[in-house]
This record gives sequence, C-alpha cells and structure tokens, in this order.
Amino acid sequence: MVKNVMPQTAGFESIQTRHHSNKLWTWPFIAAIIAIIALGVISLFTGVYDIKGQADGKEMFFTTRVPRTLSLMLTGAAMAMAGLVMQLVTQNRLVEPTTTGTIEWSGLGLLFVYLIFPAPSLLLRMTGAILFSFIGTMLFFLLLRRVKLRSSLIVPIIGMMLGAVISAISTFIGLLFQMTQNIESWYIGSFSNIQIGRYEYLWIIVLVTVLIFICADRLTLAGLGQDVATSLGVNYNRIIFIGTALISLAVGIVAAVIGNLPFLGLIVPNIVSMFRGDDLRSNLPWVCLLGMGTIMACDILSRVLIMPFEIPVSLILGTVGSVVFILILLKQRRSKRTTR
Amino acid sequence: MIQIENVKKSYTDEVAIGPLNIEIPKAGLTSLIGPNGAGKSTTLLMIGRLLDLDAGQITVANMDIATSKSKDLAKILTILRQENHFVTRLTVRQLAGFGRFPYSKGRLTQADEDIISKYIDFLDLTALENRYLDELSGGQRQRAYVAMVLCQETEYVLLDEPLNNLDVARSVQMMEHLKYAATEFGRTILTVLHDINFAAKYSDRICAMKHGQIAAFGTVEEIMKPDILTDIFETKIEILQGPYGPIAVY
Amino acid sequence: MSEFTQSNPSPVRASLPRKRRAASAFRTPKEAKHYWILLVTLLLLGLLSTYGLLVYNNPVPVTSPSFVPVVERRMVAIVAMLIAAVCQSLATVSFQSITNNRIITPSLLGFEALYSTIHTSTIFFLGAAAFVNFSGVDSFLYQVAAMVLMCLILYGWLLSGKYGNLQILLLIGIIMGTGLGSVSAFMRRLLAPSEFDLLQTRLFASVNNADAAYFPIAIPIVVVVAFLLLAHARRLNLLAMGKEVSTSLGSRHKAGVIYTLVLVSILMAISTALVGPLTFYGFLVATLTYQAAQTYDHRYVFPMAFAIAFVIITGAYFIMNHVFHAQGVVSIIIELVGGILFLIVVLRRGSL
Repeated sequence: MVKNVMPQTAGFESIQTRHHSNKLWTWPFIAAIIAIIALGVISLFTGVYDIKGQADGKEMFFTTRVPRTLSLMLTGAAMAMAGLVMQLVTQNRLVEPTTTGTIEWSGLGLLFVYLIFPAPSLLLRMTGAILFSFIGTMLFFLLLRRVKLRSSLIVPIIGMMLGAVISAISTFIGLLFQMTQNIESWYIGSFSNIQIGRYEYLWIIVLVTVLIFICADRLTLAGLGQDVATSLGVNYNRIIFIGTALISLAVGIVAAVIGNLPFLGLIVPNIVSMFRGDDLRSNLPWVCLLGMGTIMACDILSRVLIMPFEIPVSLILGTVGSVVFILILLKQRRSKRTTR
Repeated sequence: MIQIENVKKSYTDEVAIGPLNIEIPKAGLTSLIGPNGAGKSTTLLMIGRLLDLDAGQITVANMDIATSKSKDLAKILTILRQENHFVTRLTVRQLAGFGRFPYSKGRLTQADEDIISKYIDFLDLTALENRYLDELSGGQRQRAYVAMVLCQETEYVLLDEPLNNLDVARSVQMMEHLKYAATEFGRTILTVLHDINFAAKYSDRICAMKHGQIAAFGTVEEIMKPDILTDIFETKIEILQGPYGPIAVY
Repeated sequence: MSEFTQSNPSPVRASLPRKRRAASAFRTPKEAKHYWILLVTLLLLGLLSTYGLLVYNNPVPVTSPSFVPVVERRMVAIVAMLIAAVCQSLATVSFQSITNNRIITPSLLGFEALYSTIHTSTIFFLGAAAFVNFSGVDSFLYQVAAMVLMCLILYGWLLSGKYGNLQILLLIGIIMGTGLGSVSAFMRRLLAPSEFDLLQTRLFASVNNADAAYFPIAIPIVVVVAFLLLAHARRLNLLAMGKEVSTSLGSRHKAGVIYTLVLVSILMAISTALVGPLTFYGFLVATLTYQAAQTYDHRYVFPMAFAIAFVIITGAYFIMNHVFHAQGVVSIIIELVGGILFLIVVLRRGSL
C-alpha cells in the first residue's frame, strides 16, 4: 500500500501560473497602459518653457518635449529589460547593470573613445560603451560560471566591487589625462539635453525589446545552467552570448545617450514579480511598462522639484532606487528561511 | 538528560514544528530519523542553541539552554553541523585544539594537548594531524571535525547528518567511532541519520519525526516495526531479521 | 596509516613520544621561523623607506637651520601613513575574519560615501570658505562620530532579531553608499569648477592633506583600538570559524561580531577622515598577509598585516616621490594595484 504523497498545494499553484500566462489583456494591464499614457502626457507638458503661451511653442514641443518623453519610455523599458535578462541568466534577483559593474565598464568604454578620438561622434561613443559593457558583462557571467556560490547575496557584492575596480581604473586614466570632471558628469544620467537629432539611436531599443521577447524562454533555460540547457536542446553558449549582447546593446546605448541610470533594472523586475509571481514570460510586458512609468515619474519629479532648475534623473533614481532596493532586501530576509 | 517541553518553531504559516515534548535519557546513542522536512535538523539545532525557540523550553543536564551562559553550555553540550566551511586554513590538530576553547580560552596547556592527542589518535588521524583540512579527503575531514567535538569533552554531543557524503566503508567507520565514544567515553550522542539501517545497527534509541512532530520514540526493537516505519516514511517498509539485528527493506 | 586499514576504532594509545605534539599557531617550526624572518625584514624595509622619506633628497643640507622644519613637515606625512597602515590592516583582517570572507573589505560599509557626502554637502551648502575652515579638531571628531554612529545603528538593527545576517548588512551598506553617492555626486555637479577642484583634492586619499592638528586625538584612539583588537585576537580566531562552530564552543557570536564591527568602524572612520577614502588598499594588504603568515592565529596575522601595510604605503610614496617624481597619484596607484589584485583573486577562486 503506497500512500499518495503528492502535496495538494503544488498542483494548485501550477494551475495558477498557467492562468497568468494565458491572459495578458487583463483589466489591471489595461489600467497600467492608461496610467503610462497619462504619465506620458504629464511629461509632455512639464517644463519651464511655456509651450501654449509662446509663439514657437509648437516647434519647441516637437523638438524637445516629444523626443524627451519618447526617450524616457525607451530608456525605461531598456534598463528594466536589461535587468530582467541579467536576472534570468544568473538566476539571481539582485543582479542588474549597476550591481555587476556593467555601467562602470561602459563608462570606461566612453573614456577610451574620448582618449582615442579628439571629438567623438555619438555613434563612436555608443560603440565604445556597447563594446566595453559587452566585455564586462561577459566577464561577470564567466566568473559566475566558474565559482561555486555560497550565497546569492554575495553576487551583487562582488559585482559592485568589480565595478569599483573598473572605476578605479577609469579614475586613474582620467587623472592621467585630466578628464575626471568628464567622468563625473557622465556618471550622472539626465534627459535635459535630449532633443531631435540626439536621441534617435534609442530606437534600437525597440529591436532589442522584440529580441528579448523572442528569446525569453531560452534565456530562462540558460539560467538553469549549462547542463540543464544542453539536455533540453538549447545551445547554451550561443544563448548566453545573445543575452549578453542584448544587455550590452541596451546598457551601452543608454550610457552613451543619457548616462548612468542606477537600480532601474533591479527594482522594476522585483516589484513586478512581487505582485505577479515568477512567470517571467508573462511578466515581460509588465516590466516594460513599469520601467517606463518609473523613469517618467522620476523625470517629472526631477523637473518640478527645484524649478526652474533640473535635478539629474539619476540622482532621484539613485536615491529612490537604493531605498526600494533595501526594502526588497529586508522583505526577502524576512520571507527566506536561512536554516532548516 | 535532554528535556524538551512544548517547544515550537514556525517558519511560515504552513511550515511549523512542534509542540515537541520528549525526554532523551543520558548515555548511549540516540538517532533522529524521519522523512525530509520532518524537522529533525531544526530540533537538533534548537537543542544545540543554534536556533532560537519560538515557544517552550529545552534543558540539557538541568540547564536551560535559553538562559544559561553559552560558555557554560559549551562544557556540557556540543553540536556539529553537516557543512562547515571557513576561510582560515587550519591543520587537523589546530582544529581539534579549538575544541579545548571552552576550557583554555585559546591558551592550550599540556593537559589540553594530551586530550587533543588522545582523540586524534582515537580517530586514526595521528599521521594526518599536521595536514591542512583542505588537503584531506571528505571522510578524513569529517573525522577531524568529530575530533574537535570530542576534544570539547562534553557529556552531550549533537551531530547533524555525520554520514553525509560518506561512502559505506567510511560511514561504518564513523558509526563505530561514535558508538565507541558513547560506550567507552560515556557520551550521550544525539545524531540525525538518514539511513534507517545505520540507525538500527548502532543506536541505543531511535526518535522518529514526521511533519514537525515526534512520531515515535523508543529502543531499536520498539521502532523497527513495519507498521511504524511505513507510517512514518509513507512508503511500504518491511523488517527482516539480519545477522546484526533488524533490517528495514523497502 | 591509510583510511582502509581498519573499521573498528583503535583503543586509545599513548601519545607517540618521538616528538612533542602541540597545536601551535604554526604547522612546523620552519614555518614559524619563516614568519619571524619575514616580519623583521618587512619592518626593517618599512623603517628604511621611512628614513628615506624623511631625509632623502632633502633640499637643504643637514647643517642648515631649516633642515629640521623640513623633516618635521615630512614627519606629518609619515605619521599619517602609519595611522592609515594600522587602521586599514587591522580593520580589513578583522572584518574578513568575522564575515568569513576574504574578498570583501570594510570599505564596503559606506564610509567613503558618508565621508564624501559630509564634505560635499559642506562645500555645497556652506560655500568654499566654510569648506576650507571645516578642518579643525571639532570637525574631525564630528566626522568620526557621525560615521561610527551610523555603523552602530546599522549593525544594531540588522544583526539583532532572528533574521540577523551579515551579508544583508553588507549589501545594505553598499546600497546606502550608492544612495549617498548619488546625492553627493549631484551636489558636486552643481559646484563651480574651482570648488570642484578644492573638493577633489580632499576626496582623494592623500597623506599630504592630513592635518597634524588631528594627531593628538587620532593617535590615542587608534592605539587603544589596536590594543583592544590584539587583546581580542583569540576570540577572533574562534569567530572566524563561523556562527555555528563558535557558538558550539561557547562564544557569544553575535556579541563578538558587533564588538569587532564597532572597533573596525572606528578604525575605518579615522582612516577615512584623516587620509581620505581607500577601497582596495586594505584588500591588498590582507591578501598579501594571508600569503605571508601561514597561520590562522590573529596574534600573528595582525603584526604581519601591519608590517605589510606599512611597507606598501611608505615604499610606494618613497618610490613615487623620488624615483618617478609623481607624488599626487600614489594612493590612486595603490588602489589600482589592489583593484587588479582583487580581480585576479576573484577570477582564481573556486568559490565565493
């Protein structure tokens, strides 16, 4: 006589997740889209320049406001997705471009471009940033594959120390060639300079987003490790390469056009999975939307807090992001069983 | 004697342990068995004061583990977990020497050194005593940890899955050593074991746990019954009489 | 004797009489001898470069009346180096022992961010004049107190309760550092270039902007804390074995960890306030120390760590001052070397 030891709850949960993934166009999602559109409209009409009153208001509206709002949306989606992909590949919730050194690598890339070319074009700077973030991210993934981890918390700690090494190198080079204030101002991301002609490269992000949607399942498999992925018929090295390339594209473009945007890739996917559970594929649209919403909200704040001046949005993200990050950590610490 | 009264520990709403009530008598080897997640290790950790209780009381040799001083407890009670990794490089002898810390506070006397030698010899580690732990095989390292725990010369020794990652020969060797320590050195050993037959062969008593509760407690003969084991592990188990005592077959 | 020979426990035998058996700090007398030779050599090297820094290439001859003032001015830098060496070496080794992790450093706990926030907000809110004035004994004590207080609150809160966890503490320290960093980075960006340069010189660790007026407070505190850590060495040996083993051996682990962290934070605060932020110097020192001192025992690890820290900092300054004539970048180079060593160690490690 063998008793049925199958726990009841497991079956129930799996039905729940299946239910999630089938329905995307639920009422909350439509409400979220409406909220994003509303934020976009507010973003369009926030600013010092009086668009309705001035004669050239309409022109200004299309040369600065529309590009700004568009680039906010694209950037928000890009950084949030980059974070999500990194979390998928590493199977670690606390990983994102700031906690892996990717951002510092792209800064180093920019610095090198400035060193080699006297007045580099945006395309050159972008290429440098993308290339170096690719190297840095690849290095980090390789490192994670090589070492045995005792705790998932150690990953962001090591990642941020790696970032510190890279910025020590940048500081050294910067000091040698007297470019430290250049680096300083780069590390602060801001949308205040965005206008027609300066943001168009961000459209590449749409392509990146589509590719991430297509690859999502394979990236999840890759996150389970080389052995599992291979036995399920996925070319592990290729998918890791593609994932890293997608991350570096997103991070590098944003780094060159906007600057450093800390923690966006961490807080957005974590908040989404807090509310919706861990079905990553169906979370993707939510991550995009929430990424857009978060950065638009922060940018609107950055424009109104000390009007008529602007606070760089990275400051607000850095402050809000670190608070949210700490809250996520504390929540995780409470729900997690350390010993059994 | 280890007395556990109304002890409770809850992790989440679904996972809770207790209330536990049990008295484990002094001397001999007692094994904790049960399916995964039954709460064996948790119970052991709570007795070893590595995990706080949510409710209830545990006394070891009439000392309340929650209120007694940790350094006093260290002279009557020791606990060894299944995995120990520290970054400092220690030799076998240095590790065993730490077992004398409750007495010497790090200043080893000749008497301490003699005790260390005694247990290192007992566990067949004499030739290895100046080797670093990371140079040893898994079985040798496990014996080195046991040497440290024995050097502490406590009446009560708690071991969390001491046979983890050991092959059959190494497991037999370890259990022989523990049995010897219990009978010849008069220690009370409480150990979590996964293999019912190891528990049956070497234990004086078996305590079986299931769903965070104590399902059965008694001598080997009392516990090694088909109906009791079948119920505890929710798997059909028969008992055969082997040359060294009862054997569970599943 | 091989593992296979017997499965029955052997009866307890008398100890082998051939050689004295003892669990000493060193595995063999030879290793002990190596330790002492190395320690003495390093200290001598340190003294040599100290002497060199004091008198080598002195622009005025010994007979000149201005010889002594020049040496005195150089003496300030030497004392600052000594303090930095003591603070960073002891703090990093202790910190790595209690966290049971040899690749993280106490600089992760956000001291630097707090330090640069204090300074940046001074120049930002009060202006350049106030910033230049913000260098008295009071301001020093205020900075150190602020940093230690923050750590006490953080440790007390995070390590207490049933979810106490050192790694969470670390991570929160880093994140708070990043948060504060973004606040001060923003303020820095609004500074005029002249103010920025003024701030820049103070934010880069340098013994050259160490203020001798701090010494009468800093030196006694460092000496007392260093002494407390040395007295704490045997306890640290135990704490380094992790929570479970040390608890089982009768040590109150949490109390020991918090005590150590407080001492570490005092040292780090003083070092940061005196010579500015250093991230990888401590890492460099600690990593070399573990290679040089083949022992677990902190009573021997501490002196070696100090000797290495002392040699590195004085040697680097001597070489950079007198061989390459590049005085300003010494600490940045130490940081760079430490950072690269960190990369190498992390890549070579099997587990983290």
